[in-house]
Amino acid sequence: MTKQIVVPFGPQHPVLPEPIHLDLVLEDERVVDVIPSIGYIHRGFEKLVEKREFTEYTYVAERTCGICSFIHGMTYCVGIEQIMKIDVPERAQYLRTIWSEYSRLHSHLLWLGLFADSFGFENLFMNAWRIRERVLDVFEQTTGGRVIQGSCKIGGVRRDITNEKLDEMAKGLDVLDREMQELTNVFLHDATVKHRLRNVGIISRNDAYMTGAVGPTARGSGVAIDMRKLGYGAYGKLNFQMVTDSCGDCYSRCLVRSKELFASTDLIRQAIKKIPDGPVDVKVTGAPDGEYFTRAEQPRGELVHYIKGNGTKFLVRSRIRTPTLTNIPPLIKMLQGCELADVPVIVLSIDPCISCTER
Amino acid sequence: MTFFEMTKTALRTILSRPATILYPAQAAKKTGLSRGHVTIDPARCISCGTCQRKCPAQAILISKEAKTWQIDRFRCVVCNSCVDTCPVKCLFMDTQYSAPATAKGVEVVAITYVKPVKPPAGKTESTG
Amino acid sequence: MTIGLQTIKPIEVSRLIGEVETLKNAGYRLAAISCVKVGEVFEINYSFDKEYELENLRITVTGDTEVPSITGMYWGAFVYENEMHDLFGIQVRGMNIDFKGTFIRTAIKYPFSVTTAKGEKP
Ligand code: SF4
Ligand code: SF4
Repeated sequence: MTKQIVVPFGPQHPVLPEPIHLDLVLEDERVVDVIPSIGYIHRGFEKLVEKREFTEYTYVAERTCGICSFIHGMTYCVGIEQIMKIDVPERAQYLRTIWSEYSRLHSHLLWLGLFADSFGFENLFMNAWRIRERVLDVFEQTTGGRVIQGSCKIGGVRRDITNEKLDEMAKGLDVLDREMQELTNVFLHDATVKHRLRNVGIISRNDAYMTGAVGPTARGSGVAIDMRKLGYGAYGKLNFQMVTDSCGDCYSRCLVRSKELFASTDLIRQAIKKIPDGPVDVKVTGAPDGEYFTRAEQPRGELVHYIKGNGTKFLVRSRIRTPTLTNIPPLIKMLQGCELADVPVIVLSIDPCISCTER
Repeated sequence: MTFFEMTKTALRTILSRPATILYPAQAAKKTGLSRGHVTIDPARCISCGTCQRKCPAQAILISKEAKTWQIDRFRCVVCNSCVDTCPVKCLFMDTQYSAPATAKGVEVVAITYVKPVKPPAGKTESTG
Repeated sequence: MTIGLQTIKPIEVSRLIGEVETLKNAGYRLAAISCVKVGEVFEINYSFDKEYELENLRITVTGDTEVPSITGMYWGAFVYENEMHDLFGIQVRGMNIDFKGTFIRTAIKYPFSVTTAKGEKP
């Protein structure tokens, strides 16, 4: 039997944007077991709910993540609205959908960049981020924040987007589509990139499902789950094709995300076409009394917000289960049996967002 | 499977202008809605304390006795909540980010609002 | 407008393993385990999903009850169970990877097991 050694990976590592620690048990160059540990940046957001009024907590919930912030805020708001039986105006629903999809574009482009960085393709990384800048510009023009949008509130949205601006955004999408096409061609067809990603970090469909994989990590293994199919926001009224792939390797996960970029621009186009005129918010009175599990699809997968109120302005509990937390067990399955040199690529392939994992 | 897929993009990038700007020589991007920092019109603030209660970061402190409105820019997360909830709309969001500082501290603004003399009973007071 | 179906089924701690087994055999996926402190007791919700329907099993325990681990059936449940232990101080018996309180490193032990007065200023 070969000797086993333990190599610590992280919390500080060039490919890791955020701290996660993995103890890799190696036999020669092969990883045989992995023990993850997190908890370097636990912020205790969920506890803050006891000290902030539920309306203000929207802003706190939004700050759970610096990438999919809008979707966090929205999911929290949807939960409260469900408990309090608030009917959100149509236009607000559409606007939420539009911003959510822009978040997805923003997140996937960011991820493509980081992923390129993880396999040492700096130039591609910069290109992805240059395109992402366009998305951030749209955010800043419509909400006032590049990363933290702050445009969702209980009962609707805080800002309307004028129809002229929406048309302008639709035109911008064409440019975006063209640039993204060029970018994703490199990811999906370039020989070097393909060679680096194919058959690395394979997870079978069954393993992915049973260990709780969500989002592109699951869809890359052929598990067709996408919470947008629940029909929150305006998703019920728009049609889109879920992107799945069956290989379950790093390339598949990259493929799923690349194709989702175009699914997102398509959704935004449909939403801009269909958006009705009308008010964007309703007045909210009273306080939530009850509990609800809201689920939404984040760029990284299914997000669960569990909210429990007791009829006062202060909630009892807000539990945020972010997609990365549940993607950690599949990650371990992927890493078992891989080569040490592939570890950075595989870790990045689940799109880890550790800060939101630890709230 | 193709080779040199990136070449076209790379060549174009070499020949075009940089995508970044030379900050601070060139001003940073801003839009009309950009959330920079909160400002107050001290002549209109009625010291009601709504902004203090509604601030998720607890950055604002109002003192009714000293008649001051105080903000800790290092706590403020620029969420716009105070601006939205102020009943007399005396808070504004400036598009300029707060300047970097070398020491932490709070910014204190003296409130200059004077309560108008109440008109004779029977009529409701109107604020401007 | 309601979004998706969700049911909550309160059960006894002793029946947890059996119920989870039934759900697993029916092809459910573990979506989350959420712990809530309600008054003096802890409510633990095990959420399972299948075809976008959320099925919740709820057990109510006191702080000193040992909860059986479901990692035997759902291998990935250790993240939630360790989290539950580290934040709420719930003792979980038989986890496949037991971090013994070091999964989430907190300055205060079991920070979520105390309720701060509602709305109290820090
Ligand atoms: S700034 Fe506005 S909300 Fe704050 S105390 Fe003054 S009047 Fe009230
Ligand atoms: S912008 Fe937000 S964080 Fe800043 S002072 Fe106003 S309410 Fe507080």
